Amino acid sequence: MAEETKPAAPAAPAAKPAAAKPAAGHGATKAPPLAPMTPEMTELQQRFGESVLAPAPYVGLLLSDKSKLVEVATYLRDEMGYDSVTNLTAVDYIKDGYFEVVYHFQRSRGGEPFTLKLRVPRPQGNDLSEPVPSLTSVYAGAEFQEREVYDMFGIPFSNHPDLRRILLWEGFYGWPLRKDWKEAYYEGDTKPFESRWPGGHHQLAEERVPWADNVNYPLGFDPLNFHADPDAGLYDTMAEGVPGLAKRNGNGSTAPQPTGVGAAVSVFDRDRNNLADVDELQTDQIIVNMGPQHPSTHGVLRMVVKLDGETVTDLKLVLGYLHRNHEKIGERNTWLHNIPYTDRLDYICGLANEWGYVLTVEKMMGIKPPERAEYLRVLMAELTRIESHFWAIGFLLNDLGAFYTPALYFITERDLILDLFESVTGSRLMCNYFRFGGVSRDLTEAQLAHAKELAFERIPRKIDELEELLSENEIVKARTVGVGYLPAERSINYSLTGPCLRAAGVPYDIRRVEPYGIYDRFDFEIPVLYGADVYDRYRIRVMEMRQSLKIVQQCLQQMEQTKWGDIQTGKKNYNHRVPAGQAYGRVETPKGELGFYLVSDGGQNAYRYHVRSSSFINLTSLKEMTVGHKVADAVVILGSLDIVLGEVDR
Amino acid sequence: MSDAVNRANPPAFENDPRVPEELRNNVFITTLDKLYNWGRKRSMWPMLFGLACCAIEMIATAASRHDLARFGWELMRASPRQADLMIVSGTVTKKMVPQIVRLYNQMPEPRYVIAMGACATAGGPFKEGYNVVSGIDKFIPVDVYITGCPPRPEALLHSFIKLQEKIEKQSLRTVPWYRPGEDDVVPVPVLGPDLIDMRRAEEIRQKAAVAQEQA
Amino acid sequence: MGLMGTGILKGLGVTLRHFIDTYAEDLKYLLNKSGAQQPRPLRRQSPKNRGLVTVEYPKERLPLPENFRYVPFLVFDTEKQEDKCTSCGICAKVCPPQCIWIVRTEDPVTKRPIPQPKEFYIDTTICMNCGYCAEFCPFDAIKMDHDYELSYYPHEQPHMRLVHDKAVLTKPDTYHASIHPSDWQRELADRAAEEEKKRAAAEAKAKAEAAKAAAPKPAQPAEQS
Ligand code: SF4
Ligand code: SF4
Ligand code: SF4
Repeated sequence: MAEETKPAAPAAPAAKPAAAKPAAGHGATKAPPLAPMTPEMTELQQRFGESVLAPAPYVGLLLSDKSKLVEVATYLRDEMGYDSVTNLTAVDYIKDGYFEVVYHFQRSRGGEPFTLKLRVPRPQGNDLSEPVPSLTSVYAGAEFQEREVYDMFGIPFSNHPDLRRILLWEGFYGWPLRKDWKEAYYEGDTKPFESRWPGGHHQLAEERVPWADNVNYPLGFDPLNFHADPDAGLYDTMAEGVPGLAKRNGNGSTAPQPTGVGAAVSVFDRDRNNLADVDELQTDQIIVNMGPQHPSTHGVLRMVVKLDGETVTDLKLVLGYLHRNHEKIGERNTWLHNIPYTDRLDYICGLANEWGYVLTVEKMMGIKPPERAEYLRVLMAELTRIESHFWAIGFLLNDLGAFYTPALYFITERDLILDLFESVTGSRLMCNYFRFGGVSRDLTEAQLAHAKELAFERIPRKIDELEELLSENEIVKARTVGVGYLPAERSINYSLTGPCLRAAGVPYDIRRVEPYGIYDRFDFEIPVLYGADVYDRYRIRVMEMRQSLKIVQQCLQQMEQTKWGDIQTGKKNYNHRVPAGQAYGRVETPKGELGFYLVSDGGQNAYRYHVRSSSFINLTSLKEMTVGHKVADAVVILGSLDIVLGEVDR
Repeated sequence: MSDAVNRANPPAFENDPRVPEELRNNVFITTLDKLYNWGRKRSMWPMLFGLACCAIEMIATAASRHDLARFGWELMRASPRQADLMIVSGTVTKKMVPQIVRLYNQMPEPRYVIAMGACATAGGPFKEGYNVVSGIDKFIPVDVYITGCPPRPEALLHSFIKLQEKIEKQSLRTVPWYRPGEDDVVPVPVLGPDLIDMRRAEEIRQKAAVAQEQA
Repeated sequence: MGLMGTGILKGLGVTLRHFIDTYAEDLKYLLNKSGAQQPRPLRRQSPKNRGLVTVEYPKERLPLPENFRYVPFLVFDTEKQEDKCTSCGICAKVCPPQCIWIVRTEDPVTKRPIPQPKEFYIDTTICMNCGYCAEFCPFDAIKMDHDYELSYYPHEQPHMRLVHDKAVLTKPDTYHASIHPSDWQRELADRAAEEEKKRAAAEAKAKAEAAKAAAPKPAQPAEQS
């Protein structure tokens, strides 16, 4: 499969990009343009030979021999400085009969990511595809991302330490992001649906489907005689030293799992009899499930911790309790439809997410917003950062036991920023403000005055107050200094991004490494601290708020030179067509690097819509940060990562 | 006192032919009702339990500006055993619904449920998703629905006031939780190849056997 | 190492300052005659306020910004006594979760479409309040409502109630004007400009047709393109 495009490839450079995409028929007459070679690509190609690495369509190199993957990745990491795998996903090219696994490697000192692709033939029906070598031995940050690819596409990764479904549960029927997999409420491949107009009689989705609900069961399924095990394999690697589990695994029996579906049932509950055995109690470790309903896990996250006394000896995360199928829906939506959905990714900072998506699409369409809109984008995104950091710090303090009081103060400030958002965009959280080539509204005089009052008066004062209150507080320091330490190299290897990475001494910020918008016009710094612990993660957020404030202030001043109301390039449009192609675009959200990997087939809908979510990938490192600390600190460390479940689970 | 009266004289009190018509609207009970409901409606303890984006607005409601404490509802309890009210604030996913049902079952009577936002009401914008439950009322009874995506904090307060009105109208004689033998534990759904509502298990078996059109 | 307990004292200090500021604010408000016009919730939400911020809903309400959006409604033109909607279907297309259903009216005889919606549904249990429908409607026929008090008991059958049909959706343009004053002004201006243009065009045409003798004003032909 992979070789097919190669011989004829150089012949068709800038031809109309059409083929290899389902929408464009199967003529294969016009191959998509191949990626232009960069010096890095040439270097890698020379090292491994042209028969192994060839330029791929649109962007990146295509690896034809997947057994060489680990070798190539090691070379990229050790010799070329690509020290993290920032994005890892797959695309289902159903018409061409293969899955393409896409890797984006990143240098922590900056620059564009390096794209590597790999193809595996599509299997029949519901089967797994051929395995792909796992990169976890080279890049720790690949762990969750590979599990996600496995979960969504059914592509297994060989030598992966813990290959289980991550967003769905074990036993779920099907691989949702395969193009031929259809959910229960499936209505059509692409929106808008025909049935809405002109003969649109309202019909509930429930009335349309055979099961009268959002469910689907395989043929001959018998719910009364089957063994549900959604947590299968979860405890396998944690079993050692835990009485109930060790025994069960020891004699190889598949003892029944809890009848209730996992979650809050701890092993403690399940094997009470074993634990009552006093001899064992003295030396044993126990497993405790925290979540998904828990006061401090920032949403529906479930942590499974293995404890020796109070010390965490192992930790695993169970995700997916808020998996809302963002990507599947996104591939059905038109380009425009996706903007309000991105608000709901990381719902604390919707405006920042919108920018990531809009930026990527604009990159593919080759348009730019007018000056005024650029300023408005920066203004809103930086206010979002301030607002989000207020929230993060408030809830970090919550986790530290300062129950709600600091958070209340900060929510008050946040509400004032949200007031501005609401009066400009119409909603406090789900702003839906960005448009391709612009923004939806300009600020009126009164709104500008409000923004200025906030930026020059209120927020600086409140940040001072925050620091006065917290930075030197002895309880805060006692609980956070040295806690959750993860050194720089490990953080990079875990693909950690955002404030947490910068608190470990790596000045990696997309606004600097790959500037977007008009960030190059402002005078601001990327704060860096070297403690790599919870305290520095807190302090770096405060410093970033100050920097953001600086940007907002400059923005408000420079904005006066631009023309009011000039906020949209071209005509306002709703049926955009994006030229066929692939793009990876990213922005620095308050949580880290938010990337969008989009594949267009030239139509009105995204063919592939992947969200590289920083919250999700940052969680990969939680285990290493937490092991060795007390269980009470686990919550604090999680708080310092500042995840939002909407973005983790998507 | 009221407990005793009602336990001894369970459901039939109202329709009991031996009780004269005029006495059924007993002044004593009515006054007691008032007191009882007044106390209850001003000391609801919601469960500290957020699901998705709507939870952020729920927290904003509890914060200084809207100050849930004005209603006497300030104590958000993380444990279902100490809570009277579950605010289902966000998208209910299939993976999460067993936990929600379990939490609901663990809440002591009297318990109330508010479905906050379009998602909890009927699936919301994510309704078409394969991991999304079309509304929490498919599993547990809901007392007040609010739509909106997300509902403003005031909208949530409005639903609280509606819930208070509902509580006010309840009478000791008719409320279900003082009646013996009534047990409305909801069977916890199971995660199999898809979400299985155990109340529908038999139906699912039959349907799956006769080769329903499969996607 | 600082003195033990300074953190607590500092924290208490902040709380105390906040407490005092609340009264200071109120005092300022009482003494300041010009500020007296401002209603309390607004004053308290101003970024200048240093004290308490609570809004006592439902007794007092925050004024909603004009752009605020909740669920959409259809505008009824009270002047012409007809729906402004032409059932062009654009809102149904731009709606991200596809929660708008429109039945277009058809001429019973010719089967040709008539620009009037026969039925119009918005399922507000799916609607994500994104505002696209209002933003992209070319006829200003659909707008975002400000009414957020949409809670229902189960016996009110919320699932049916919340599927807003045409009767529920339709609201007079006077209502629209009252909640979106500046948008309404823009609409009026647009309409006036449109009519002016039409009138000018007709005039110019009439003039051009009627007589070449009468000299047309120079400005008008340039305008009509
Ligand atoms: S109703 Fe809207 S805001 Fe609420 S959880 Fe659903 S998507 Fe999020
Ligand atoms: S509301 Fe507007 S966009 Fe929708 S059908 Fe009517 S005229 Fe068209
Ligand atoms: S507001 Fe958005 S989701 Fe709601 S009906 Fe309009 S377009 Fe659809």
